[in-house]
Amino acid sequence: MAATLLQPGTPAPDFTLHATPDQTISLSELRGRPVILAFYPADWSPVCGDQMALYNEILSEFHGYGAELLGISVDGVWCHAAFARDRKIHFPLLADFEPKGGVARQYGAYRAHEGTTERALFVIDAEGVIRWSYCSPVGVNPGADGILRALDELAGRTAGTGS
Amino acid sequence: MSGGGLTPPVGPDDHASGSAGAPVTLVEYGDFECPYCGQAYPIVKALQERLGSRLRFVFRNFPLKESHPHAQHAAEAAEAAGASGKFWEMHDTLYEHQRALTDPRLLQYAEAIGLDPGALARDLESGTFAEPVRQDFRSGIRSGVNGTPTFFINGERFDGPWNDPEAFLAALTQASA
Repeated sequence: MAATLLQPGTPAPDFTLHATPDQTISLSELRGRPVILAFYPADWSPVCGDQMALYNEILSEFHGYGAELLGISVDGVWCHAAFARDRKIHFPLLADFEPKGGVARQYGAYRAHEGTTERALFVIDAEGVIRWSYCSPVGVNPGADGILRALDELAGRTAGTGS
Repeated sequence: MSGGGLTPPVGPDDHASGSAGAPVTLVEYGDFECPYCGQAYPIVKALQERLGSRLRFVFRNFPLKESHPHAQHAAEAAEAAGASGKFWEMHDTLYEHQRALTDPRLLQYAEAIGLDPGALARDLESGTFAEPVRQDFRSGIRSGVNGTPTFFINGERFDGPWNDPEAFLAALTQASA
């Protein structure tokens, strides 16, 4: 069953999570530019259809909007480190590991039954307010078109004409 | 998610095999080094044979460069061949040799289909055909491509099992009705 995600207009709850064993990232540090939060169920899903691998390829498009992308799952830092190295991931993967799924729960993106996060996307504006959220069926890679449309709207551009 | 369908629609700049008047247009976003695209290659060939003039097939590049180190140059080589009217010859050659896509191999393939390998070497070096590949890639993102291969049938993303030829054929046949 799909969780009830935090909806557009809601201030994004702040969090501080480990990106590497000795480095943390706080959402509030990124104030001033759009942030894309991509909750995903687990590292190590199949290669070509993998959502994080896709976003990795699209990173320059996101950066074109000045946006930062953060991946979040309940996997631990060492798992993320191995996954990021194997797939050459160039954006932070955050470990929502202790308390497990604590941030996902705040965003309405936790699957208590499976003990993983949903496949949920949030676009947060420069002031820290959620502007778009989307929960994909867990087995379906949602792609990036929804994220880009949301970023277009933030940038005040007509959807579909992002540079 | 897929909100708007294929963006932009198939146009004169696309590499198309078959008539624009065909009732079904199948678009593939593919990566020449992706093994799943390699699996799809003979399946699409068989569908083209089966449906004949009822099917137009369009290929757009979606190289996953981080996963597949040779995919970008392979895509550029296909575009370069396309500029000389030999896109499909190169497309087929690349899929038939998708484990051997280093630059020297790409030059050999160019020569084998009657192109100047020296010109291709210069084009790869200077990125002459990087921009059309990039445009394809961006259109794929906009269209809701979420991996490779991703297919669109008459502009709608086909989420069914492309690796089941009968189901794929059924979807195409239905679209042509």
